[in-house]
Amino acid sequence: MTSSTIEAGACTVPQPSLRQRGQSVFPELEALLPLIAKPIQYVGGELNAVTKPWDQVTVHWALMYPDAYEVGAPNQGVQILYEVLNEQPDVLAERTYSVWPDLEALMREHNVPAFTVDAHRSVADFDLLGLSFSTELGYTNMLTALSLANIPLHAVDRDDHPIVVAGGHAAFNPEPIAQFIDAAVLGDGEEAVLLISNIVKAWIEAGRPGGREGVLLELAKTGCVYIPRFYDVEYLPDGRIKRVVPNRPDVPSRVTKFTLMDLDAWPFPKAPLVPLAETVHERMSVEIFRGCTRGCRFCQAGMITRPVRERSITSIAAMVENGLEKTGFEEVGLLSLSSADHSEIGDLARNLADRYEKTQTSLSLPSTRVDAFNVDLANELSRNGRRSGLTFAPEGGSERIRRVINKLVSEEDLIRTVTTAYGAGWRNVKLYFMCGLPTETDEDVLQIATMAREVIRAGREASGRRDIKCTVSIGGFVPKPHTPFQWAAQLDHESTDARLHKLKEAIRSDKEFGKAIGFRYHDGKPGIIEGILSRGDRRVGNVIETAWKNGARFDGWSEHFSFDRWMESANYALEDTGVDVDWFTIREREYTEVLPWDHLDSGLDSEWLWEDWQDALAEVAVDDCRWTPCFDCGVCDQMNTEIQVGPTGVTDLPMPSARVSAVLIQGLCGN
Amino acid sequence: MANKPPERDLAPTIQKLRLRYAKRGRLRFSSHRDFQRALERALRRAGVPMAYSAGFSPHPKISYSNSAPTGVASEAEYVEIGVTQLCDPDRLRIELDSALPPGLDIIEVIVATSSDFSARLEASLWEMEICASQEDVMGAVGKLLGSTEVLVERMTKSGLRVFDARSAILLIETVTESAVTAPADTQLPQECVILHVVVRHITPSVRPDDVLTALKQVGNLVPLKPVRVTRLAQGPLTEVGISIGDPFDPDRVLV
Repeated sequence: MTSSTIEAGACTVPQPSLRQRGQSVFPELEALLPLIAKPIQYVGGELNAVTKPWDQVTVHWALMYPDAYEVGAPNQGVQILYEVLNEQPDVLAERTYSVWPDLEALMREHNVPAFTVDAHRSVADFDLLGLSFSTELGYTNMLTALSLANIPLHAVDRDDHPIVVAGGHAAFNPEPIAQFIDAAVLGDGEEAVLLISNIVKAWIEAGRPGGREGVLLELAKTGCVYIPRFYDVEYLPDGRIKRVVPNRPDVPSRVTKFTLMDLDAWPFPKAPLVPLAETVHERMSVEIFRGCTRGCRFCQAGMITRPVRERSITSIAAMVENGLEKTGFEEVGLLSLSSADHSEIGDLARNLADRYEKTQTSLSLPSTRVDAFNVDLANELSRNGRRSGLTFAPEGGSERIRRVINKLVSEEDLIRTVTTAYGAGWRNVKLYFMCGLPTETDEDVLQIATMAREVIRAGREASGRRDIKCTVSIGGFVPKPHTPFQWAAQLDHESTDARLHKLKEAIRSDKEFGKAIGFRYHDGKPGIIEGILSRGDRRVGNVIETAWKNGARFDGWSEHFSFDRWMESANYALEDTGVDVDWFTIREREYTEVLPWDHLDSGLDSEWLWEDWQDALAEVAVDDCRWTPCFDCGVCDQMNTEIQVGPTGVTDLPMPSARVSAVLIQGLCGN
Repeated sequence: MANKPPERDLAPTIQKLRLRYAKRGRLRFSSHRDFQRALERALRRAGVPMAYSAGFSPHPKISYSNSAPTGVASEAEYVEIGVTQLCDPDRLRIELDSALPPGLDIIEVIVATSSDFSARLEASLWEMEICASQEDVMGAVGKLLGSTEVLVERMTKSGLRVFDARSAILLIETVTESAVTAPADTQLPQECVILHVVVRHITPSVRPDDVLTALKQVGNLVPLKPVRVTRLAQGPLTEVGISIGDPFDPDRVLV
């Protein structure tokens, strides 16, 4: 650069008012980056990232995963929507993630607004801000982002600011964040974002008729975009909800979820992002099916993503091949809620293992189902590598509690499965459980210790070695909306901790096996906060705002989470409401109670959910409708959808065309 | 079979290539580990026939020299790779560069025909854009060069270290034009002095931030903004304290 190109006055930071819409804030941000930890996470520039000129499109989306970059960047949902939107000629989408407190403080001090990592545009400049909530613990991070973006926290105070749209599993009950969002979308996002883009585009092109409320009304009229401000909540004197009703005639009384039916027609992400910064998943993921009908009663994901829709094995194989070529990743994860349940998983595993044998590419199947077949699959996929750990999730310690939660695994199944695993050379079996399940007693949890002992005993026998391990991981159960346990009382944190303590003692005191059993757990307090955020209503919004103002950030991170701060905030914010944290968490609900999310339709029939809850209490298990007759959960009827499983009849996949390396010296290649 | 290292194509290394690459613009904020991951993935994407080590977790044969600190840009970073089939260096450069994100740019690739490469990297030439008045900068530089020893502190992995930053500094001069083409997303501040500093590689290494600490200590130099630093070259010292040669020269001669 010559001195003549140096701009006068460039040493001063441009004032926000002088910045054009869509102009990069990177020069201002750049000055802060040398002062903070891991600056790479804020600079973007990843392989396969997309930036488009601001003025060449009509609709501008900022997509946020409200957690740190290292967690958010690998998220499939955001990557899919990012590509789907950027494929549209008249739309652009950029990504933004939560900034850590060190950068947040500097941004406030130096007046640097919330930015996207792609072109470092100010989040406030976008037409829409879409947030993907995998967990309720991201709510406070949304408030940080809104405030850093200079977007009013409350939707009613917004004017020409972005339309704030919540999606993801946690958005199936958006009531606790109703005052902060303009809209919520339930279900699969691919078609939803296109529908919203079209409506917003038409509204912009028509000169924004009706202003902000005008476009929100157009979205509400579709019946599949929830606009909280168009619904009023009335309460009974005892604090329960009386009813939730639209406050205008042209808004539907119920809002339905989106269901993408043909996964093969949506092979996204086609060019997965390759972050420079280290992330929680250093691999490429291919979703092999969506939905699950195993019917585990605690599992919100399994309930709200029905029906099962498989991707065909030819389409999966093509996505694996294409993705590896576009990214250079070493590992491919075959994702779904229960990957071994794909109707053609055996053929798929064999074909992929053949294809990538003797390469440096490894395949993984996040396998959690207790089944000897699962071990065979894991063996197949680990031809290339070390057999270190296999994970299974019996979820409950006793046969009784497993009938309550509908996790149909017998002790015999489990022992047979782990025997196969240890016999095949696996050294560590990890077992996942939950504590605090409905009807659970100390005895149910203590049986986890018995089970772990039996696992080690069987493992030592099968492998002929003493150095095998079993790791027991326990999470606290949090009842979730749209599940049969939505009516259940959550276990208070004192009881959770006491129960886990007894289990720990039982494992530790075992002379013969104790040392071979690892024990990992979390205390019960964070689960109570997750509980109030999960099953809360609009009154919980003030709790979130108060906690955030008191400093709550990154609540999914134990080093940032403060139970006391949340409880103090909740006591303050709920003072005049007649309800409290216990009321939202450890109280059992009656069938007649109006639940905060009853006007949001996940497709599940509430009568079926209640019957399933009663079956749980009676310890009656229910089968998977993929292999047994329909038991009327309501999804296929109400959504006019159906289960889509194979087999397709294709058992051998065509081998990919041999890739000729362009870097080799011709004629000398392979000599 | 399980728990034995699986059989793989463990072809021997038959060619070593040396790469010179740049870390530019916003990607100067990538750390050394970030670059390592990016390079390994890019080598796979480009289809470079890498040689791998044996064992349970084989890793590609790559050796890195002397990487620039996080936040510092560079025009002269070096890495050596081992491959199992003969490669054309120019085509490898083009393929690998296109497999890396813009900002991590492969500048030159040569076939290694000599040994002791890292010993050739005797010194670095750093460019520093300091947002402060000419008077303040020159005053501090004069005081630094006039000192025989300037002790600075730096937090290292093994704790706080105190060492002399002066003796490694062979030259400081001002230039009127930056040797680096600024990327589109950066702007050069108006009042900015550009220094070129030659620093000898010693142990413990004297890094650009140590030079800046020394300038602050002896001359009270406090820049208005973080200083933008770029490594322009590293290699053998050709004349004492004045210029830095191309470390690839011995390989070129022997071709």
